Amino acid sequence: MHDKFKDKEILLEIRDLKIEGYSDETWVPIIKGVDLTLHRGEVLGLIGESGAGKSTIGAAAMGYARDGTRISEGSIEFDGMELTTASESERRMLRGSRIAYVAQSAAASFNPSHKLIDQHAEAPVHYRIKKRMEAQEDAMQLYEQLRLPNPREIGFRYPHQVSGGQLQRAMTAMAMSCRPDLIIFDEPTTALDVTTQIEVLAAIRDIVDEFNTAAIYITHDLAVVAQMADTIKVLLKGEEVEQAPTQQMIDNPQEEYTKSLWAVRSFNSPQRYRPTDGSDPLISVQNVDAAYTGGIKVLDDVSFDIYPGMTVAVVGESGSGKSTTARCITGLLPPMSGQILCKGEPLPPRYKDRTRDQLRQAQMIYQMADTALNPKVRISEIIGRPAQFYGGLHGSDLKQRVDELLDLIELDPVQFYSRYPPELSGGQKQRIGIARALAAEPEFIICDEVTSALDQLVAEGILKLLDRLQDELGLAYMFITHDLATVRSIADEVVVMQHGKVVEQGPKDEMFKPPHHPYTDLLLSSVPEMDPEWLTTVLEERGVDNIGEAADR
Amino acid sequence: MGDITRLILKRLGLGLVTILVVSVLIFFAVELLPGDIAQAVLGQGATEETVAAMREQLGLDRPAFVRYFDWLGGAATGDFGVSLVSGERVSEAISGRFAHTLFLASYAAVIAVPISILLGVFTALYRNTIFDRVANVLTLSTISSPEFFLGYILILFLAVRVTMFPAIASLSSDMTFLELLHRTFLPMLTLVLVVTAHMMRMTRAAIINLLASPYIEMARLKGTPPWKVIVKHALPNAWAPIINVVALNLAYLITGVVLVEVVFVYPGIGQLLVDAVAKRDFPIVQACCLIFAATFILLNLAADVGSILTNPRLRHPK
Repeated sequence: MHDKFKDKEILLEIRDLKIEGYSDETWVPIIKGVDLTLHRGEVLGLIGESGAGKSTIGAAAMGYARDGTRISEGSIEFDGMELTTASESERRMLRGSRIAYVAQSAAASFNPSHKLIDQHAEAPVHYRIKKRMEAQEDAMQLYEQLRLPNPREIGFRYPHQVSGGQLQRAMTAMAMSCRPDLIIFDEPTTALDVTTQIEVLAAIRDIVDEFNTAAIYITHDLAVVAQMADTIKVLLKGEEVEQAPTQQMIDNPQEEYTKSLWAVRSFNSPQRYRPTDGSDPLISVQNVDAAYTGGIKVLDDVSFDIYPGMTVAVVGESGSGKSTTARCITGLLPPMSGQILCKGEPLPPRYKDRTRDQLRQAQMIYQMADTALNPKVRISEIIGRPAQFYGGLHGSDLKQRVDELLDLIELDPVQFYSRYPPELSGGQKQRIGIARALAAEPEFIICDEVTSALDQLVAEGILKLLDRLQDELGLAYMFITHDLATVRSIADEVVVMQHGKVVEQGPKDEMFKPPHHPYTDLLLSSVPEMDPEWLTTVLEERGVDNIGEAADR
Repeated sequence: MGDITRLILKRLGLGLVTILVVSVLIFFAVELLPGDIAQAVLGQGATEETVAAMREQLGLDRPAFVRYFDWLGGAATGDFGVSLVSGERVSEAISGRFAHTLFLASYAAVIAVPISILLGVFTALYRNTIFDRVANVLTLSTISSPEFFLGYILILFLAVRVTMFPAIASLSSDMTFLELLHRTFLPMLTLVLVVTAHMMRMTRAAIINLLASPYIEMARLKGTPPWKVIVKHALPNAWAPIINVVALNLAYLITGVVLVEVVFVYPGIGQLLVDAVAKRDFPIVQACCLIFAATFILLNLAADVGSILTNPRLRHPK
């Protein structure tokens, strides 16, 4: 246990917690006996991959079992009160008043029908801690402390009128509304861009310090947890792997699993360079402007080249036009002006006007493998359909080709040939997405945030696979991502986009060395590092009022 | 608000276009009859002269589209021509009947809509309990029985066994409002039983559908009591589907009540329509159809506007 908290009063004590989930008509264990001790004012980081049970433990700390789960064994003692035996109304009295919750997606967790400040005031008014006007006044003060713009006015907006990073801070303010003893932060910055994440992290850290609130900070991002937590607990499949004070955990992890988590970004593909013989690029985007129907321009004079066999990473925040560029290249969104060349030949702007061979050239792999694969269609057909369409294969030839493709993506054909997507894990689904793109035998594939929905270990597997396929098949990738660590590991060239414009581009080694365009600089310096002092240092360098959205003006 | 006004005007325009299309269908469906209207009205036994006289009287010698615009022009000003059977003006024959139908529909709606929504909220709140099951079974059995059957059952128990309400809902002009409510109680109750299930089940489904949303979990984790989670956090986001089902059922209350009117001998527009069809009184049939179509379109329009107004994204643009 962290020395600083040894003498403090224990706020939350969980002993041998077991939680079961209902699936396929039986109760299966999700949490298999976890202990947890939290002192007043302590911040505990819970990390692990998805399915490790982090969120379930977070909810259990509030005496809450999500629908379809139940707390089957163990004790949860919050400030002397045993939550597992307390009545539902006793437990409810704690929620919002003494234990508060900050959810992953603030955009989805604010009720779209009510103003922010009304949702903020709900708990204090309900618990008769404050009158409505007092609660609103308090909200405005908290908004100001969390450095939200127009703190006296922003609360009277509806959630959809406020940006994601601001909503996440408003939600932190809401959790503070009754000055709870404990706040559960459930992946509060996972859905945010790095440049926005940093200001939310700073805001959360400050306010937790100021009110000496204890917190459980749940995340899968090690660098983030290093900034926030006093103590880190690593979970794997519902069991504790190890726990130690932050600095010790980072410098000297004991368990193999923890070490593998720490080492996950070690993968690095050697950088390739453009051919010097003056040959045409494979794909050339030239001065493209584009807009969605009736909307404002989302792409403004975008130009870059992709040479055969190379990986071009396109980075930028959400809304910067990365995916729109991909839609222009595939012909889904005809540009307003400018053109796309393939091996020196202009491609027709609309996919409908392209020949089969031109269509073959631009294949896509999507971010959400879950929604990009039809759940009612067998794997054999998902992969077989493009092989049939582009390769004209039938019967046993087609089956052989599908087997070959499954081998390529390292899935056993015998086992996967006739299965359906819902039976597969996230990483396996993404592999099927890759096989589907490969089935067309393209020379160029657009990877749209293909690893951002995956756990780090699984994501690394996908990156290695893509890299191997590139070497074997000579593929060129346009790699859309907002994750600069991914860029570091596999890109050859980098294109930085902001507000629909290309602000900087060049080979990777140059792009990661100063001097940068100020925006590139902002992006790079916003990526959290493992050093627990990183956030403090960055804030000192930039000044608290010059981070995130404020820095972006 | 400019956006919303524009949206509503656009929907209104679309509604008008739909009514025009329906009017074309209604008018030319009659033209499609073998022979012509005069032949159809007078039947097989009519002599050449009477048919010819009728044709001239109806102006059938003019081309169809001229007659269509004539008819449409009249309809737009409330003049649907003259009944072929009674010689009465169609607008006069219809207006009284339509008022009766509207009265019965409003009577049923005022009772059915709040009850269904309340039941929907309660079944969502106490989902999978005995109360939920009983409410579902009861409303489902009333919706699965034909409405004339329900009507007769009600007559049997509430008018014959226990003579609380009259079995025949005939109206006279000297009745007080209370008498009117009493007289039309059984047809109203039949209609309520028929439409409650849809609205209740949609309210329940729409609310339960939202209970898995992150903002509902957030509300629970703020310590909000269950009833407040449903009423304050789920219901405001569930209005759009509920409003649509309510509108469809209101339209049914106006256009689908023929059988109930027949069972209770209630002088509504449904009975008029059935009589007119039997007597081949085409001007009345056409007018009734047009009124029904307009009712449907107007109510759906109202539902669209209602859904828009309950959506904060549209009410408060960025």
